[in-house]
Amino acid sequence: MSTPLLEVKDLTMHFPVRSRGIIPRTIGHVKAVDGVSFSIGAGEALGLVGESGSGKSTTGRLITRLYTPTSGQILWEGQDISNWSPRELKPIRRDIQMIFQDPYTSLNPRHTVGEIIGAPLEIHKLVPRQGKLRRVQELLEIVGLNPEHYNRYPHEFSGGQRQRIGIARALTMKPKLLVADEPVSALDVSIQAQIINLMKDLQREMGIAFLFIAHDLAIVRHFCPEVAVMYLGKIVEKAPRDELYSNPQHPYTKALLSAVPDIRQAAIGGRRERIIYTGEELAAPTAG
Amino acid sequence: MTRPFLSVENLVVHFPTPDGIVRATDGLSYTLEPGKTLGIVGESGSGKSVSSSAILGLHRNTNAQVSGKIWLDGVDLLALSDKEMQQRRGKDVAMIFQDPLSALHPYYTVGDQVGEAYRIHNDVTKKQARARAIEMLDRVGIPDPHRRVDAYPHQFSGGMRQRAMIAMALINDPELLIADEPTTALDVTVQAQILDLLQDLQKEFNTALIMITHDLGVIAEIADEVLVMYAGRAVEYGSTKQLLTEPAMPYTLGLIQSVPDLSSDVNEPLKPIPGNPPSLLNPPPGCPFEPRCAYKHHVPDGLPQRELPELREIAPGHFRRCHLTETDLSKLTPMPVGVDE
Repeated sequence: MSTPLLEVKDLTMHFPVRSRGIIPRTIGHVKAVDGVSFSIGAGEALGLVGESGSGKSTTGRLITRLYTPTSGQILWEGQDISNWSPRELKPIRRDIQMIFQDPYTSLNPRHTVGEIIGAPLEIHKLVPRQGKLRRVQELLEIVGLNPEHYNRYPHEFSGGQRQRIGIARALTMKPKLLVADEPVSALDVSIQAQIINLMKDLQREMGIAFLFIAHDLAIVRHFCPEVAVMYLGKIVEKAPRDELYSNPQHPYTKALLSAVPDIRQAAIGGRRERIIYTGEELAAPTAG
Repeated sequence: MTRPFLSVENLVVHFPTPDGIVRATDGLSYTLEPGKTLGIVGESGSGKSVSSSAILGLHRNTNAQVSGKIWLDGVDLLALSDKEMQQRRGKDVAMIFQDPLSALHPYYTVGDQVGEAYRIHNDVTKKQARARAIEMLDRVGIPDPHRRVDAYPHQFSGGMRQRAMIAMALINDPELLIADEPTTALDVTVQAQILDLLQDLQKEFNTALIMITHDLGVIAEIADEVLVMYAGRAVEYGSTKQLLTEPAMPYTLGLIQSVPDLSSDVNEPLKPIPGNPPSLLNPPPGCPFEPRCAYKHHVPDGLPQRELPELREIAPGHFRRCHLTETDLSKLTPMPVGVDE
């Protein structure tokens, strides 16, 4: 078997909890990510679902190495990058890019769209000035924006258009993996579908792999052939989508699926039976 | 003829700005009876929140231009003085906001804030208000209310904060409750709990409920009637079943089709509504949805650009604002949700 693009083994991230006072002491740890393992092959898409606080965003940030994990391995094309220094990471940062949730706060309001999308080119000193503009315009076109708008500022665009700018920025370096952290949850429903379709096209045409982090089960199902469910820092279930959605095994997955409102059912007066999962809720987060 | 319990008639909310008038709500009418739920759906900027906050008189003493009538139990709320409105706000009409963290004051305990809503409208001591707050916190399912009443908002989880907001809104047993995206900021499992809670409480207190949301799933679960807003106007209005099974204009259809559900075909691309919502600043004449409408070529050339369609009744209780004829629509529309399934 060939090495997968990304393989995560027994990844943990513990954030220290400090006491108040003049001399803060560490009084415990929040186990945000607690022994997570999965792999993503080139061009594949893995969905990561869970509620707020389940550790799904922290997992995304570990993979992009915005955090250094407490323990565990992050194997990028077979190499363990979990403890690499920023200098060592620089070439890999091209390959792993991120799309953020909030298109309003993730774009610098003082920079033009051209500067935002072109910044990675300058940082990595990849193309001359002339080529930069051409590449920016090319990217704007790919994400469905007018290439003539490179001189505009983020506030001149709507939420959906801003998210397209965020995607264009992530594509600048021709990444192999995109970590998309709730990329559509801040958008109107009619616009969400536009962005999902765009990302699906990119995946197909450019062969980009996705780690798709979201809480919307229907959208994750649409985008990802394989889905992992996180709960309290652990992956409690991982399965191909058809299996997960038709035959969930873990009680939390069942509860999650039963909570999704179903337009079809409800419109004809039917009501899905709801499963409430309270499992480990009380014993949860701050236990040291 | 007796007037309905709540009757909004030709409500207009305009905001003058240096660049022109923003027509946030333009000629909105609907009715609601006690114990019933009206869902108001629309994209950001469609006027759904603005029109609802007009019921609470939240545009008073701002530069907003409000006209029309809002009859609540036989009284026109817009004709009341500020003082009279203040006596009703929180007592007869209450509101739950989207973000419970920013709607609660961080410096005061949850009990103080929930109890304050009671003290303002009732001549009671602090002690009585506290007892009532504990009672309400218990009613909305906050565990250990005797202890939690002294907690601060930051010590509550998102779902618990929203429960506290609901307790605050319902403490005076209002006749009308407006919930503005009450579950958007919450996890889906918590959302389901909050919706169940709202429905239980509504049954118990026979409250009329206005549910503002962009999530059709929420609407399908909770609403009896639905009003779809676009660019400050009602574009479709009818029973939940009518709207979801027989959407009668392209925008409603587009909203339904753009949402994947747990059984849709994953190999088919999603069907978004192209384009972006229009600006409400100096809108052009004609149908506001025309630039995004997939069916506009079925209408005689120039008509959608020239003329705003009227809101017409096409079946008992089912209204829509569209130039398309019914035959046009029935030919074009693959019904997204089948009743016979």
